[in-house]
Amino acid sequence: MTEQEVIELIDSSIAEEFELDRSEMGADANLYTDLGLDSLDTVDMVIVLEGAFNFKIREEEAIRAIRTLGDIHRFVLSKIDQQP
Amino acid sequence: MSLVSVVITGVGIISPLGNDFSTLMRALLAGETGVREVPELEEIGGLRSRLAATVSGINPKLIPRKFRRSMSNMSIYAYLASQQALEMAAYPPAQLGEGRIGVSIGSTLGSTATSENFFKDYFRDHSLERMKSGLFFQLMGHSCAANVMQSLGMTGRMMASSAACATSCQSVGYAYEQIAFGRQDAMLCGGADEFHPLTVATFDVMNAASKDFNQQPESAPRPFDQRRDGVVCGEGSGILLLERKDLALKRGANILADVCGFATASDTSSIANPDVDAMVTCMRLALEDAGLTASEIDYINAHATGTEQGDIAEADALRQLFGDQVPVSSLKGHLGHTMAASGSIELAASVGMLLEQKLIATRNLEQVDDRCAGLAHLQQTRPESVNIILKNNFAMGGVNSTIIIRSSVND
Repeated sequence: MTEQEVIELIDSSIAEEFELDRSEMGADANLYTDLGLDSLDTVDMVIVLEGAFNFKIREEEAIRAIRTLGDIHRFVLSKIDQQP
Repeated sequence: MSLVSVVITGVGIISPLGNDFSTLMRALLAGETGVREVPELEEIGGLRSRLAATVSGINPKLIPRKFRRSMSNMSIYAYLASQQALEMAAYPPAQLGEGRIGVSIGSTLGSTATSENFFKDYFRDHSLERMKSGLFFQLMGHSCAANVMQSLGMTGRMMASSAACATSCQSVGYAYEQIAFGRQDAMLCGGADEFHPLTVATFDVMNAASKDFNQQPESAPRPFDQRRDGVVCGEGSGILLLERKDLALKRGANILADVCGFATASDTSSIANPDVDAMVTCMRLALEDAGLTASEIDYINAHATGTEQGDIAEADALRQLFGDQVPVSSLKGHLGHTMAASGSIELAASVGMLLEQKLIATRNLEQVDDRCAGLAHLQQTRPESVNIILKNNFAMGGVNSTIIIRSSVND
């Protein structure tokens, strides 16, 4: 999967789950202040990403620092890179 | 006896016969049915009934996702009906968050469909890793009440009676008491339920679900009829806005009807079977609460679901109190049994009968069962001068409930 394909899968999965308008989903969009997500959505976002990429991330410390869509892109790309 | 007068100022309906009050009334007065064949039921082993009265034509996406994510269908129905009731009453939105308006909305269970979907996934590998955050909010017993309050920004009392088929009659009664005793100024109240095959199975296993009319959905259920063969399960929500009468009048609200009496009484003779004496007691207590005698009742909206035992017991109880002097009908022949919503949908329809000055006949009542005879059964919908209505709902678990409403026209 190319980097662009990974980003596309992240964005489409999140857009579908949270019924977001793709045009508002720039990499610098803040998940909470711009996209209107909250703490419950964060729980579901982890499940959506685990389902989309078939990895486990719930216990990852780095998740707590995620604020923007770009943060998610970088986190997932890095996680994929670490996989054997 | 109520300490202050309580009135109904708004009604909201999501039902098998339409998704607003006027559509419901039009369909009931025209004698239509909301019962249909549900082919999916054929795929369930051991289930003999194939009929249901389901809701169609709603758009849940109109509810913001933030609120919808914690809602199963029953909460969606309750929310949409609540919105309608507030709009009909022109209730000031600014007052919703002031703590003086509460909610009393119940359901039979939390969402069975949500529960089924969760366990279907869970049993794949016994993992909770795919469990979404909204699950519990759809499963909890007060899901409808909580979702309505959250989504409408209401901060008053929250009540969520859960008493099977008597749920919403109790919910309205308890709401009436909240206002009557000065604890709240207004209450959104009623019930909601969503269709699931398990509900049908609950009745079918006790030989109390209709199965003889699977190819003729329009002919079932048949309250009080000789050929009745059981319940047809349904879904929906009926929500009424109750207000303290003086405050409603002060804000210029249109009064639809007065709530003048309520009672609920339990019986311990059986957890499943109805008890005639307890039914009589419950109706007597409601009459006493309203300060009325049986002879002052103009119409009885019966619980009568079309089961062998329930209809006979209710007919017996009604005969003891009212003889053949008071017109009686059940709306289950039109609406099926909408479970926790049945009390409040049928009470809303009773409000409609007061407003229209028409009484709606029992659909599918062709030949009255001898054991249900001796009552003034309504077999034709007709204009009638009607001022006071008594409404019953009885439920498994030994629950009996009765509410009495009065026309506000003569005030």
